[in-house]
Amino acid sequence: MQQTLPLPGIAPERTGNYRTDHLLVADMVQPGSRVLDVGCGDGDLLELLESRGIDGRGIELSREGVNRCVARGLAVVQGDADTDLVNYPDDAFDYVILSQTLQATRQPRVVLENLLRIGHRAIVSFPNFGFWKMRLQLLIGGHMPRTENLPATWYDTANIHFCTIKDFVQLCDEINVKMERAVALDLYGRPVPLNLPWWVWNMFGEQGVFLLSRGGVK
Amino acid sequence: MSNLRSVESPSIHSEDRAHEADHPTSLVATFGVDQPLKLDCGVDLAPFQIAYQTYGELNADRSNAILICHALTLDQHVANVHPMTGKPGWWENMVGRGLPLDFDRYFIICANVIGGCMGSTGPASTNPATGKPWGLDFPVVTIPDMVRAQAMLIDRLGIETLFCVVGGSMGGMQVLQWTAAYPERVFSALPIACATRHSAQNIAFHELGRQAVMADPNWHQGRYADNTTLPHRGLAVARMAAHITYLSDAALHRKFGRKMQDRELPTFSFDADFQVESYLRYQGSSFVERFDANSYLYLTRAMDYFDIAGDHGGVLAKAFTGIKTRFCVVSFTSDWLFPTSESRALVHALNASSARVSFAEIETDKGHDAFLLDVPEFFDIIRAFLQSAGKARGLGSGESGNGGQA
Repeated sequence: MQQTLPLPGIAPERTGNYRTDHLLVADMVQPGSRVLDVGCGDGDLLELLESRGIDGRGIELSREGVNRCVARGLAVVQGDADTDLVNYPDDAFDYVILSQTLQATRQPRVVLENLLRIGHRAIVSFPNFGFWKMRLQLLIGGHMPRTENLPATWYDTANIHFCTIKDFVQLCDEINVKMERAVALDLYGRPVPLNLPWWVWNMFGEQGVFLLSRGGVK
Repeated sequence: MSNLRSVESPSIHSEDRAHEADHPTSLVATFGVDQPLKLDCGVDLAPFQIAYQTYGELNADRSNAILICHALTLDQHVANVHPMTGKPGWWENMVGRGLPLDFDRYFIICANVIGGCMGSTGPASTNPATGKPWGLDFPVVTIPDMVRAQAMLIDRLGIETLFCVVGGSMGGMQVLQWTAAYPERVFSALPIACATRHSAQNIAFHELGRQAVMADPNWHQGRYADNTTLPHRGLAVARMAAHITYLSDAALHRKFGRKMQDRELPTFSFDADFQVESYLRYQGSSFVERFDANSYLYLTRAMDYFDIAGDHGGVLAKAFTGIKTRFCVVSFTSDWLFPTSESRALVHALNASSARVSFAEIETDKGHDAFLLDVPEFFDIIRAFLQSAGKARGLGSGESGNGGQA
């Protein structure tokens, strides 16, 4: 397994327009496949995927986000990851993407199970609450951590189910989800070297990006 | 008694309307006895005619045609002065040069529905067997019948695949019927403020309107033309009731509140003391000038019968299995006639069929009628959807594409 940034097929001068985690996700998706992006925001990732010949669809909770996506010509519907995924049939997509949204769902476990029911594979990224800066703020500062990427206070944040990379790996084990590829990005969006042990990832990964598939019979 | 004078007699003579029903001020496609329209009720309607308007030019590939399906009481006069009322076309804010439905880019068609009263065969048309208006002898028509007739028109125009079928309300039902019946002939579809079936509450409102028409002694079992009368009071009441369902509590409150009409104090009578009453009476009386009462009965009935899932074993998704059409579904937050939940059910079915679908709910307090009004966010979405569909269809983009992708 090797990590290649910038993304093959995209000129280096253009990769700067995209978020690193989006480039990483795009690299995990086989060209020509069908993708559902759950919580697609303004459609940046979807647009990147479509530019690579991927048939992309999106779900977005906020009306403003949906309307901006539709105005960009993207196939996006208004919906809620917690309540609307059940309406999608089994195996409808090759990949279902949940980018920076897991921690904002009411039932992360049910959502994760649904992702891998609807899609053959799931790609999940989330902010790592085990990141050293988070730990330090809680340990030394004694208050709920706030970072550049997660600036909301505890009382107005939409993120109600924070987890660490370690927690997530444990959940995947519990519900028999196979981890095909895992990447942690550091504070600067650079991949943490893969030859380092898990605890390093959990400490120095600011976010985790995971390519998942259904596990076999245990 | 002032309340009985409330709805004035129409100023347009019934002869004018009868003339328009047979000899419309628009293009007409006639179909002879050899080309019957096969109706759902089992009747072969022949001969019949379809009155329609077109705007713009069909391109050499015949790939830029957009069919607009009109709502219950509208007609083919989308972007030209209405021949009877003298008012601007009903979608002049949407259809025109530089507007989302730009007739410099697209060839735009709108046909009066079968059962209508603006030149397509309907109860107000002359029955060739009797030389008199059809009246209630006209067979009951359905939304699929309307679409079947439109498909015959599109054949006549030599168009194989429509670039887009677009419509709101009853027009949206026709859009959905087009995609269910002729998926390969519809490249993209824009069903707006509609549903895949008419709800019990909406059927109830329609029944109220029909009963109002039929309770008018001037209706004469639909033979008012023979009696040189017009059930204008009944039809006006039907329109007033329906009009309330097209608005919203917030819109009515914003527009009228409890404001009085040309007076400071209540008159302690049943005169139109409130502005909202006066407004509704005006809506009722202006409607009877341009619309045929029997046609209103037939078209409301057609909507009542509409149920796509019912035609596909009760499973909506089956209506759209394997469909390649690109959809953009639009609803409005304050629309309680065709609420967002109806559009959402459609979107779920389209998702289950793996259709390429976008769905936007537009925030507005203007109610169901919002689809006819200037709502910028709505216009942006229609424009963008057509542009991206046009790119996929190989139509010239017209404008420079996304600069960031260059």
